[in-house]
Parts: sequence; structure tokens; C-alpha cells
Amino acid sequence: MLTRLQPNQVQPGLELRIAEAGFPAPFASTLEYNPPARGTWNIVHTGMLLPEAHQIYACAQGCLRGVILTAAEMKAMDRMSWISVKEEDLFNGTMEQNVVSGVSHILERLPRMPRAVLLYVSCLHLFTGCDMEVMLNQLRERFPDIDFTDCYMTPTMRKTIAPDPQMRRQLYSLLRPLPLDEQFVNLIGNDLPTRPSCELFTILHQAGKTIRDITLCHSYDDYLAMASSAWNLTFLPVAIPAGEELQERLGQKHLHLPLVYTIEQIQEAYRTLAQGLQINLPDLTPLTETATRRLREVAKLLKGLPVAIDASAAPRPLNLARCLLEHGFRVNTLYADDFPSCEETDFRWLQGNHPELLLRPVGNPSMRFAARGMHEPILAIGQKAAYFEQTPHFVNMTAAGSGLFGFDGLLGLADLLEDAFLHEKDIERVISHKGFGCVSCLGGCLG
Amino acid sequence: MKQTASILSVYAADTSGACSALYELGGMSVIHDASGCNSTYTTHDEPRWYHQDSMVFLTGLTEADAILGNDEKLVGDLVQTAMELRPRFIALCGSPVPMMVGTDYDALAIEVRLKTGIPCFGIHSDGMHSYLHGASQAFLHVCEEFCETSVPRNQNTCNILGLTPLDFSTNGSVQKLRNILERNGFRVIAPLGMDCTLEEVSQMGSASVNLVVSHAGLATAQWFQERFGIPWVAGVPVGTEFSRQVLMSMQSSAQTGKCAVPCAETRHDAAQDAPLVVGEAIFAGSLAAALETETGAPVRILCPLEHDASLLRKTDSTTEDEDEIAALFTTATGVVADPLYRPVCPATVPFHPLPHEAYSGRCYRHLIPDLIGTPIAPLLAAKENVECFVLTK
Repeated sequence: MLTRLQPNQVQPGLELRIAEAGFPAPFASTLEYNPPARGTWNIVHTGMLLPEAHQIYACAQGCLRGVILTAAEMKAMDRMSWISVKEEDLFNGTMEQNVVSGVSHILERLPRMPRAVLLYVSCLHLFTGCDMEVMLNQLRERFPDIDFTDCYMTPTMRKTIAPDPQMRRQLYSLLRPLPLDEQFVNLIGNDLPTRPSCELFTILHQAGKTIRDITLCHSYDDYLAMASSAWNLTFLPVAIPAGEELQERLGQKHLHLPLVYTIEQIQEAYRTLAQGLQINLPDLTPLTETATRRLREVAKLLKGLPVAIDASAAPRPLNLARCLLEHGFRVNTLYADDFPSCEETDFRWLQGNHPELLLRPVGNPSMRFAARGMHEPILAIGQKAAYFEQTPHFVNMTAAGSGLFGFDGLLGLADLLEDAFLHEKDIERVISHKGFGCVSCLGGCLG
Repeated sequence: MKQTASILSVYAADTSGACSALYELGGMSVIHDASGCNSTYTTHDEPRWYHQDSMVFLTGLTEADAILGNDEKLVGDLVQTAMELRPRFIALCGSPVPMMVGTDYDALAIEVRLKTGIPCFGIHSDGMHSYLHGASQAFLHVCEEFCETSVPRNQNTCNILGLTPLDFSTNGSVQKLRNILERNGFRVIAPLGMDCTLEEVSQMGSASVNLVVSHAGLATAQWFQERFGIPWVAGVPVGTEFSRQVLMSMQSSAQTGKCAVPCAETRHDAAQDAPLVVGEAIFAGSLAAALETETGAPVRILCPLEHDASLLRKTDSTTEDEDEIAALFTTATGVVADPLYRPVCPATVPFHPLPHEAYSGRCYRHLIPDLIGTPIAPLLAAKENVECFVLTK
């Protein structure tokens, strides 16, 4: 069967002007290619955010390999164990029992009991109809001092819920109901701490609020205390399911403040915050002016140097492109296979105002050979753009935000752009590093 | 407890082995999977991924496709991509979920072959076997497809069977292996798997002997023996004296037509407290043989992977269970193994790290030594010079 192209879809492998592109998927789907950029976090990295927890994976050898070596590269093999699934297990009715026995055996051999266990099952467990509740209940009976929760390494099920948002949701599933305290506000669903210089903290502190964030928790008790916060703030679309689940289960109010880049939308996010929390906002004009001035300053430094952005660099790559174009940068290429639905307004704006902006796919098979061509001088934002353009001048950041938010985030972005322009990076070394900001045996902690 | 590990790693799986074996031959390998097998392969199991182009893709399997059996889309995507990129062949590799729903790779391969005119075959991988299982199938398929049957036999020639970076990394050892063979009178027709082309594969039937350097090459060697009458020799020429023995075996086999297994046959049964070498049967057996020739003391091997009984001695072990491995280590006067085995080795037993790409991936890639033709005994004399960076607490 040859794929029928939708209106405004082009045969993959070809670049096209955004003016002619369809939304949200400008390129037809086909086989997929995986470029060698490894900065995006996976479920292991996210699970490691929970202090004093142990991860146990039950899945096939091929699936185990990736998660185990993720932990090995993080120098964290002592926080990871596994149970392998063999062919015969699928048909002999032992799937649940193997997990219960295996987890018990592992825990009994650990030098000390963890406070919590993240039990990851695979697509195979879902397809064979394993009863997760039965497994968890038996384990809770056997180990009453350990908190167990279910996690999922189920990429095949991604049309139901993708592994990333599901993991961010399950990460907070061990929070138990506590009396809610309006003084405390959680930031949830982020990989890395937000920069301390972010004005969000100033605004919340001035309103008498105290911030909690799993990325800053040192102990399991620190984590459990997050259950008493009256508010959960999410920045990332993939964190929304976590916010919604906690609102329903614990009664914590969820407010989504999207990680955006354009001045108007950042202001809108702060208005949402003020309205939700019933707090006063300071005059944002000075912050706006500083951020605008700084971005224009860096754009001037670049002297019209083209900029390429890839979709793995920002949760809203079109919004990022719009922001940079509005501040004088010459963004000319965007690498993306599709766009989130919340980007449609920015997509239409770019179509109208910068119709010449080129879209190129990321995962199409023809991109296997894209990085080997001749390349013009360019500055890239994101690891995949850096790879395809083979430019040592690139901003190393991922869609999980990299700690940037708000006007301070724009200042951070401007600094990163300036640094990328002035200094070269070793493309292979930087983008091979698995898990942006994580310790790695391959060499330090690249962030 | 079987199939459970508190702290040990696992070996690369069959999907990675298949893609690794086919990587340099100009074909298109497609993993029928959502993303995980491909991501693991290209991140941890394929050191050539960044610098050397190869057409390895995935199908992007979804739950709906798995349940509803949307093979039409799969075939369409394969055909479309093949017609655009024109690979020399197409390999369709399986993964766990397609195995569970009973995907018929052979039938799909026939359909794709008919529609494209390009040779296509299915690899029966399911992510539940080691890389050796996948690589073994891949090598055999390629030879069945591309070896010319009417090539004249050439004296003093050989093929190398079983080469992948998962066992030999990319540290120059393959070139050195080739050099040793050629210096000793063997022209290498095809080092199948690394530094090899399909044109070379087509001439493999003219070799006078096959050198099998990993279990992944054994089934292909047996096929050549049956189909072309080419004998095979199992061993990796590591160490100085053992290298000489391997080369002598090859010369003898080429003349007599009889196969030989120097990686096991040149060794003696070892004492119960003898040192242990852990790894793939032929490589570990060769290391053990080399150590024995250099130190005079027999060495045991532990092969936690698929193997053939003929490659082992009766004092060797084959368990893959963490508890049994730990117990075995307590009996040894020394252990040579990948650094990720270190946590289950008692502090009182000298541990000699020997990184193995198929086990620890890229963690210690820069430390993998080239042992071809070089003395092995220093391995046992060496202190633990590799940080076993697995503990954070």
C-alpha cells in the first residue's frame, strides 16, 4: 500500500516552505530514522528524580538493555534491577507470579530496603492482560514498609498515552493525601530545576509562597511533603496529565503555565498565575524591556547568521521561532515531523509573516544522509539541528525546558545563543551524552 | 532466581545483533518495533552509527497496528522507502510485540521482494535472545542470498565469520586480525560483518577454510561446510602462542577438510578454583586457551550466552543467573570479565576488567583492548584499572 498523501503533505525527505505546509503534520508518515542525538530524557532519567527509590523493570532482554545501560551511564546501577520476560512466560500463565517473585527476590538481596519501588512493566504485560493491581497488592503485603507504584515502558501503546507524560504522571503517584496548605506551591513535571534567578520565584515569594520541586528534593520525605502543597504548576505539555491526576486524587489545584517564548504569551502566563493564585503581579514592563533588549543585542551580534531550530529543543518550537524572528534573528530552518496542536496560532503567524521559513523532517529515512552534505555557516538550537547542519555553533537544550522559564528564561536563552555564536562545541561528544544535565560515565555532566 | 538480577547488566539482544551483522553491506534493516529496540541499538550497540551511514530504520509500530494487524501499511512503507533508497537487500527484524501477535516475517518478506524486486528476508528476532542469535540468522541469510555457487576453490584463502563490533568493537582489531592471517599466508576473501562488501560475500564459496570468531558465525560456517565443503576452525588468534595454534589449525583444516575447535581443544580441564573468563564462547575460550599457553595453568570460562557444546570444555560453565554467577566467582582465583560484572565479584577475588561492547555498550568502549596476536597474561597481572562506576551510594 502506498501512503495516500493528505492535502498540504509532501513526500518525506523534501524540504518545504512553511507557506505550503500542512498542520500539524507536514510530512507523510513512513519508516522512521533515529538520528544520534541522545539528550532527551527517558523514563529511567525521570524515575531517578525520586530520592531513595529503586527501579525494577520487567520486560524482554532487548527492552532491558536500553534502560540498564541508561542507568549504567548515569553511574546508578545500584538503583536499578530487572526481571526478564522469556517467550515461554507469555504462554504459561506465570507473568504475574514471575513479577511478584522476582521483585521479592531482588528486594531481599539489596543491601538496604528502598523507601519506594517503581515497578516498570512492558507492552507484553499489557497485551497479555496482566493484573497490575494483583501484583502491587501482593508486594505491598509482603513489604509493608515500601511504597510501590506502577510505571510503564510501553512505547507501543503511545497512541493511548506516550511513555513520557505517563512517566511524569506516575512519578507523583506515590504522594499520599495530606491537609493542603496554601503557602506551598509545587513545580511538577520538569526534568531540571528552574533557574533561581527566574522572576516566577520572586513573584511567588512576594506573595508568601514557598516552592517545592522534585528536582530539589534530597529525601523521600521531602518528596512526600509535596502532597501538602495546595498548588501544582506545570510548564510542559507532557506534565499536564500529572497535574490533572493530582488535582483529581489529592485535591491539589493545577495551573498550567506554558513554557513559551514570545513576550505576549509570557505575560499571559503570568496573568494566569495571578488570577489562579489570587496574587498581585509586579509591573512586568522592566522585565519585558530587559529581555527584549538582550535578545536584540544578541541578534545584532549574529549579524544575520541563519538559525536552525529542531523540535526536540523546545516544547513549542514554532513559538520559539516566532520569538526569535520578532527580535531580529534570521531563523530560516525548522526541523520537525509534526507540531503540537497548541502551536497552530504560531504556525499560522509564521505562514503569514515568514512564508519562506523552511521545514525539514527529522525522522524520515532520507534524513539518514542529510548530515553528510555541504553546510553553510549556521547557528543551531537543539541537538538534531546541530547534527543535521553539522555546526559546532549550537545551543544544547531539550524540549523539557532546560531550566528556562519566563523572562528570565529569555535572558538565559540569549546567553546560550551568544555563547553558541562565540564558542564551538564538540557535536558528537555533546549530543551523544544521554540525558541532558545528567551525570554520565561518558564524561561529566553536560548541560 | 532465574531471569532476575539485582545489579548485573544484560547482553545486547537479537535485534541489535542482526542489524550489527548487516550494517556495512548496503542493505536496509528495518526493525518492526515502536522505537525502543532501534533506540537501544543505535545508542548502545552500534559504535558506527554516528560516522558511518547505514539504512537502519524502524516501522513505528503502534498498539492499533499490533492489534488490528495493519500489515498493509508496513509493506507499503517498506516498499516506498526501498524504492526511494534502493538498498541491495531488505531485512525485516522482529521485536517482542510482533512476535506475540504472530507476525509472519517470511510472508511479508516475500511480498516485499515481489513488489520491489529487491532481495528481502525476515529475521526471527524477538528481543528475548542475545545478539548472537540475531547476528547468526543475518549472516546466514546474506550468504544464502548472495554467495555464488559456482566459484572455483582458491588455496590459502579464508573467510572470517562472526564479526560484529559487539564482540570486536571498532578498535582496529579486525584489521589486525586480517593482517595476521595475510602475513601467515591466508588471503582473506570476506571478513563478513566488518570491512566487508557484498561483492566479497559473493566470492566466499571459494575459500579453503573459514575462521569462526564468534558463535554468531557458527551456523554460517556449518552451511558453508555442507554446501561448499569448506571446513571451519573456531578460535580468535589472541595471544602469541595461541595465535600460532589457530593458524596451524587453519592450515591443517584447509588440507584435511576437517573442522577444528582450538578455543576448546587446545585447553585442558581446569581445577575448580581456576580463574574464570566470562564472555562469548569462542572469544572467551580463546582467551582462556591463550592464558593457559602463557601461564601453564588451565583456565575456565563462563559463557552466559547461546553456545554450542562443542565450543566448551566440561569444566566450563554456562549459567546466566546472577546468583549462580556470584557463587561461581567465589570459587575462582581470579575473574576476567566486563567491568559491569564487578559488583557480584567478592572483594577477595582479584577482578580483571575486560570491557565487552555486547555487555556494557559504550560505557568502556575507549578501554576495550585489541588483543589480536598480543600476549594475554598481562590481563591477569593488571590491577583494576577501570573504574567500575555503577554505585552512587
